[in-house]
Amino acid sequence: MLGLDTKDTRLLIIVAIMVMAAPILLNPFPADSAMAQFNAGYPDLMQRFVIFGIFAIGFNILFGLTGYLSFGHAAFLGMGSYAAVWMFKLLSYNVVPAILLSVIVAAAFSVVIGYISLRRSGIYFSILTLAFAQMSYALAYSVLTPITNGETGLQVYTNDPQILMGENSPNVPHLFGIEMRGTADLELGAWTFTFGNGYYLAALMMLLSFYISLRIFRSPFGLMLRAVKSNQNRLTFTGVSPKPYTLAAFVISGMYAGLAGGLLAAMDPLTGAERMQWTASGEVVLMTILGGAGTLIGPVLGAGLIKYLENIFSKINDGILHQWFAFMPDGLEDFMVTILHPFIGKGWHLTLGLIFMAIVIFLPGGLVEGGQRIGRLFKRRKTDDASSATTKPAE
Amino acid sequence: MSKSNFTRRGVLRTGAIAGAGLALPTYLRADAHAGFTNAPTGSTVTIGFNVPQTGAYAEEGLDELRAQELAVEHLNGIGDGGMLNTFSSKVLDGTGILGKQVNFVTGDTQTKSDVARAAAQSMIQKDGVIMVNGGSSSGVAIAVQGLCQEAGIIFMAGLTHSNDTTGKDRKANGFRHFFNGYMSGAALGPILEKEYGSDRNAYHLTADYTWGWTQQESMQQSTEAIGWNTAQNVLTPVGAGDFSSYIAPVLNSGADTLVLNHYGADMVNSLTQATQFGLKDKQVNGKDFKIIVPLFSELMAAGAGTNIEGVFGSMNWNWQLQDEGTQAFVRSFGEKYGRPPSGSAHTCYVQTLLYADAVTRAGSFNPCAVAEALEDFEFDGLGNGPTFYRGADHQCFKDVLVMKGVASASGSASMVGYDTVEIVEVTPRAQVEYPSDHPMFGGPEASLGECNPGA
Repeated sequence: MLGLDTKDTRLLIIVAIMVMAAPILLNPFPADSAMAQFNAGYPDLMQRFVIFGIFAIGFNILFGLTGYLSFGHAAFLGMGSYAAVWMFKLLSYNVVPAILLSVIVAAAFSVVIGYISLRRSGIYFSILTLAFAQMSYALAYSVLTPITNGETGLQVYTNDPQILMGENSPNVPHLFGIEMRGTADLELGAWTFTFGNGYYLAALMMLLSFYISLRIFRSPFGLMLRAVKSNQNRLTFTGVSPKPYTLAAFVISGMYAGLAGGLLAAMDPLTGAERMQWTASGEVVLMTILGGAGTLIGPVLGAGLIKYLENIFSKINDGILHQWFAFMPDGLEDFMVTILHPFIGKGWHLTLGLIFMAIVIFLPGGLVEGGQRIGRLFKRRKTDDASSATTKPAE
Repeated sequence: MSKSNFTRRGVLRTGAIAGAGLALPTYLRADAHAGFTNAPTGSTVTIGFNVPQTGAYAEEGLDELRAQELAVEHLNGIGDGGMLNTFSSKVLDGTGILGKQVNFVTGDTQTKSDVARAAAQSMIQKDGVIMVNGGSSSGVAIAVQGLCQEAGIIFMAGLTHSNDTTGKDRKANGFRHFFNGYMSGAALGPILEKEYGSDRNAYHLTADYTWGWTQQESMQQSTEAIGWNTAQNVLTPVGAGDFSSYIAPVLNSGADTLVLNHYGADMVNSLTQATQFGLKDKQVNGKDFKIIVPLFSELMAAGAGTNIEGVFGSMNWNWQLQDEGTQAFVRSFGEKYGRPPSGSAHTCYVQTLLYADAVTRAGSFNPCAVAEALEDFEFDGLGNGPTFYRGADHQCFKDVLVMKGVASASGSASMVGYDTVEIVEVTPRAQVEYPSDHPMFGGPEASLGECNPGA
């Protein structure tokens, strides 16, 4: 289907179902229960899951396929966001021109930055991209304040031109009248599921991005990129110039980042320079490695894990811990809270670091490898059963 | 050509799916129409404390959190009641807000606008908060204020000193108790004239972002008003770490006063390096060289250590004030945490009480009713003397403290920053007031917009 073989079609369908049903799947605990703390099924976080999923999918096309480690991809995300917010300021709150321009702007900048950075490979490439990203950050933070509104962040004011704004146009980002902020609630017994319009737009974009990435992975172009990763010298000796391929991969992944940035702005019409900071660039590297670099679904899983920790773990405070362990005797309760204290709330970075270490050490292929190992465990048992039934020598 | 071969099973299946699909919308309902976002049902109400718990301003954020927890205790009738006893409005009686027990959730802003907005969104969408309070940066405050405006809940800003928060970026659902750059300048001007005379040549080092610029602009205006000359204004990158290359040229410029429009770690570094360069012992044009840091905080004073001695600055509030409200607050904060509260802690505590009071006076949690109750509200007994919450821009007007760094009185290491600054003068409110359409505050175009109660 859609030019994919059976296995890929199945993967795409599974991902589509998961994404579409996410508001239900991510809300496994009833709203009033103590475990509701761990629910992630509210629109803002789900939007972040899929948007950073897009960002990581794009990054993976560059890093996973060609092996070029860009340390400055957040710059494209930030540029995409600025472009989108400017579209809101100048035209109207319709998200279509905003998203289109964000992709175009990111593409234009990635051509320039990619052309220069790709003259080097390895660590030099990483440092060059990092330098460009930090330059963009510094420019956006202070020098270009008339365009970016500096530290305060760019937002839409009521006295902005918004020339395409009609009389009755919504005053929030919308897709031809469908407000991104709009939600519908479904109450089933103790559960409350919230379906956000913005989430579904971002989710459709993410499925589209995933499909395109799937096609790239399976295409001759994708094969060429893998050849760049495995041995660039050999490729040169066979008379193929790797440059156009790597530049194309860089621009494609820059466009993905721009799309993610545009969507971020479409969900929440404000952007700031810190979206371009090096920590943001490092985050997408973490996401890709956590999930599994070079795999199709890995980056999306990695993005989900990091955003989950950032938004859910950082909100658990000592008061909540005391509630959980309230059933224990006082001394033991305080002891448990003291033990867990460094890992929750403001300590979520520590938890993330430990998980990252564990994954890099025990599962070099990331979460995807973990999944494969579990899968193999079941498969092997089946074949073991079969072989034991047939090969037992009869004596 | 179309081929249609219906089977009974196929028709039944399609029919069932279509039926379920059509029936689904009847289960789906739009947001509950209680009139406003997150209208509290049941016996509790949740408010959100969104402060930096990691990153450069984590210390301040954690102190804000302590104060906010204390405020919730006092609202729920736990502890000694703190400033509830001295507050001029007496509608709060320690039974929560409108009889509902107050719960709170916390979030980490990391002093990044995006993260702060994500944390606030999660509070609004997941935890159903009715108000968000706190923060320790103007960029973050402006970002979260915009979000709360769109979502239709009240935002009570924490530490935010930029003119823009209640200037060109003011919002109908956002309120600021803290003072701002303009007020710092207006309060410092007369004191500087009295102490240093009206014939000085000032050199400005300014953090290169919005807050730094508004601070510098305000300081330049107020020092030029007392006859000072502005030698030069040099912008320094945020988080520069090493300021030696910026400080060396100061001496050759002929300036006799250095104004450091820096905050946080930048201020600690630049002040420390200026002291190391021996600026304070120099004589220029026959006058002693002086350093001024317009905005002080306990945290920065602690970081700067003894370098702060003899340096003038301003504060919103300080624990050494002697009025009843301050004493009550310092007592209950000290009993609970064993330390004096910082200025940012005070602002967040007061904002929580002011919100609760406004809800009670309005008789409703509806943000528009609350905003109306807060607008043009006159109160006293919360540590700053008679205070006025102006309706035109949602900025609080109150006395401003002019501070000076001194040698530690107690000599205790834990009190550095708390007793290494002393109150020089309490500048009366009238002297720091400005019209709401002041050019530094967005001019006549700046508007609060419409109050948004949300769904």
